[in-house]
Amino acid sequence: MVTNRLANQQLKVVIVGHVDHGKSTLIGRLLYDTDSLPDGKAEEIKRVSEKRGTDAVEWSFVLDAFQAERDQAVTIDTTQIWFSTQKRDYVIIDAPGHREFLKNMVSGAASADAAILVVDADEGIQEQTRRHAYLLSLLGLKQVTVVLNKMDLIKYDQDRFDSVAKDIKDYLKSIHLQAGQIIPISARQGDMIASRGEHMAWYQGHSLLEALDMFDNKTAPDSLPLRFPVQDVYRQDSKRILVGRVETGTVKQGDKILFSPTNETAIVKSVEVWPHDAEKTEASAGESIGITLDQKIFVERGHVGSHDVDLPLLSNIFQANIFWLSHKPLKVGDSLTVHYGTSEANVTVQSIDRVVDTQDLEQTAQAAAVERNAVAEVTLRARDLVPLDSYAKNPHTGRLVLYDGYDIVGGGNINMDRYPDQRINAPKAKNIYEVDSLTGYNERVMRNGHHGGIFWFTGLSGAGKSTLAMRVERELFHRGYNTYVLDGDNVRHGLCKDLGFSPKDRAENIRRIGHVAALQSDAGLVTITAFISPYQVDRDRAREAAPQHFHEIYVKADLETCESRDPKGLYKKARDGEIKDFTGIGSPYEPPENPELIVDTQHNDVDDCVAQIVSYIEKTIKVDIAKESKKQDKALHVS
Amino acid sequence: MYHYLDELEAQSIYIIREAYNRIDPLGMLWSIGKDSTAMLWLVKKAFYGRVPFPLIHLDTEMELPEVYAFRDWIKEEWDLPLELEFCPPEDEMDPTLPPASRAAARKTEGLRNLLKDRQFRGVFAGIRRDEQAMRAKERVFSPRSLDGEWNFKDQPPEFWDQYKTDFPEGCHVRIHPILHWTELDIWRYTKRENIPMVPLYLSKNGKRYRSLGEKNITFPVDSDAATIDDIIHELETTKTSERSGRAMDNETEDSFENLRAKGYM
Repeated sequence: MVTNRLANQQLKVVIVGHVDHGKSTLIGRLLYDTDSLPDGKAEEIKRVSEKRGTDAVEWSFVLDAFQAERDQAVTIDTTQIWFSTQKRDYVIIDAPGHREFLKNMVSGAASADAAILVVDADEGIQEQTRRHAYLLSLLGLKQVTVVLNKMDLIKYDQDRFDSVAKDIKDYLKSIHLQAGQIIPISARQGDMIASRGEHMAWYQGHSLLEALDMFDNKTAPDSLPLRFPVQDVYRQDSKRILVGRVETGTVKQGDKILFSPTNETAIVKSVEVWPHDAEKTEASAGESIGITLDQKIFVERGHVGSHDVDLPLLSNIFQANIFWLSHKPLKVGDSLTVHYGTSEANVTVQSIDRVVDTQDLEQTAQAAAVERNAVAEVTLRARDLVPLDSYAKNPHTGRLVLYDGYDIVGGGNINMDRYPDQRINAPKAKNIYEVDSLTGYNERVMRNGHHGGIFWFTGLSGAGKSTLAMRVERELFHRGYNTYVLDGDNVRHGLCKDLGFSPKDRAENIRRIGHVAALQSDAGLVTITAFISPYQVDRDRAREAAPQHFHEIYVKADLETCESRDPKGLYKKARDGEIKDFTGIGSPYEPPENPELIVDTQHNDVDDCVAQIVSYIEKTIKVDIAKESKKQDKALHVS
Repeated sequence: MYHYLDELEAQSIYIIREAYNRIDPLGMLWSIGKDSTAMLWLVKKAFYGRVPFPLIHLDTEMELPEVYAFRDWIKEEWDLPLELEFCPPEDEMDPTLPPASRAAARKTEGLRNLLKDRQFRGVFAGIRRDEQAMRAKERVFSPRSLDGEWNFKDQPPEFWDQYKTDFPEGCHVRIHPILHWTELDIWRYTKRENIPMVPLYLSKNGKRYRSLGEKNITFPVDSDAATIDDIIHELETTKTSERSGRAMDNETEDSFENLRAKGYM
């Protein structure tokens, strides 16, 4: 080892590939060739190899000495080993190649700066070769070198090398992963690792050690927009310190910081480290620091600080490209928790948009489930607006980890291509209804004295939607709110006159109502809709038209109760076969998965139900001056 | 971020703050050695000079006298919330264990008693991956069953700095904030930050302790390294294992593995 080298560079390299393709042998050889083995180890291995009668030294014995997996001769969990070249220090991460231990492969590979994909030149590409390569691309590893190992077994045949190299190049290209180099090696004989050996004069490229030294050192993501996820809030003497790690960008004393999702802003008064350092006025990506602010705004763990340009998006719906590690398949409707940065949010799986077979890259659209160790694109919905970055825009913050109860069950990258920003009040944020309008939503709110909103009543025919809608509208009107009910009577005769009752027409009916409701709420009206709207997917689509205003209210009564009420005699007709596809009889009703409010009309009388809804609506539409001061209070009590 | 030590430090502080936010009650095991003292320094960095949870010394009453002297001095100097947990005597240990493992098992039992008495949901431990092959397999947040056992054959996934911080009643988690550091990193950092240490690490009469343990099962190694710079230079050239002076590691092929599976640090 060279001692005059500056000890300030360290590169983490993960070694991946199919089981038995020679990862452990390669690591043993790397350690031997770089003179990194403990005293006496090399001699011991040579002795053992001789005793066993193998004609070459069995370098994988090195790793056996390092591992608790000796008995099974298979790597179970990821491990780390240190070695150095003249250029820098390396941390080698050994990732298991067996299918069973993919979670451990991910745990090892996720922290690496670069990867070596080991492929047996004789066997060629195998199942885990493809899966590991695909995961490297999902994990965001851009620097990949491929080694075709066991060249000695194929007599250093250049044609065979060229053919396997082409296969692997084609596969990597198809998953948008670029192999820096493809190197023929024999880990066992030591060809083309540290030295070039004598057997492959035909190969003009770099040896593996040269290739390792060519990997770029990671650079801190200083040039990306600032993201400072608040990890905790500490009280220190009279200071209130927001602590966390600068994920990307740089934060300086005097910067104006905007926190998402609250849209609160303040100026950075100081950057806090220990021991106290008055000269420390800025912090860049990777640093764990604290900041104090010039104002006591409400900030807590999970809020994300940024500058007031290049903000994270706010949305309650997003897509993610995920890998799934749980034994329990992921299904539409499942509830999970996503963690990213210091934020977490409860989400439901709205759809599984496609499942990718990592072997042949075949895609299954609208799959029913994602099985263990598979990759998929899914749409997730959260209850509230959460700050999100697209992975394409910010690879450091645009990824998330999925939890099911106590357990980590998957991870993936966030994709916001299909969903717009839902931030309303932020400077420079776009609102689709504000385009070209000289009068903004906030101005309308100020004049009306309340927010707009959509209160989407859904439930079986006879559950009480229309009755409640009319009563609630009357009560709100009476209390001075601007309100309007959309129901079958005023919609079916005009706006949707051309539509019948086929599933397709029903969907279009709901779509139109969703958009009219969105416009009305943007205009500041408290909009109540009263439609059976039996399908979750249609209601979700209505929500998407104006998610920041949308409240799903489940008017709940069971079929028996509704049928006994039968105010319009429709159930009887349906039972008699006069009406086909009547909801609840010939056609299904999907109760809301996550309604904002449930009103039980079966067990409560109408007055109670009206009161319950009115109180909920008032709470959500109120422009609350008291709330502002309450936020201030809360900020004071955070320790 | 221009030096890799800064990066190691930032990562450790992040882990420590994460544990403090997510897990309660929390304690920290402090062996008084170089690693857990560097960890203690990182805790002070994370909390602006404070140590906001109890610091526990699993005391076998068999440490070297210099270790006790250092402990009592720094407790006053840094005003540490130190608590002592005395480990049960060796004759209460499993008699089938080899002698050095039996001595080491006292700490496992001490820890078990501590967890039972204090109901900690999380304990910090200053282990490092490069110390020993079993520790290389560890997670940063490593869940344990009630009796402290480690199921190393089925560990939870851990990536992108998202940790397993919720677990069923009755379990606890070991938190390893310096898992990613090496012995050399610790010394470079100790030097840079000027962190105090037990003088036994420095050579006296051609011998020094590379790793500190109970006096009956830990031995000094040959060395002329009389300053931290000398130690750093020595480590940059040595190829002898750090724990070669620790008898319990080397009694049988799997002795350390067995100790750890049963709950040793």
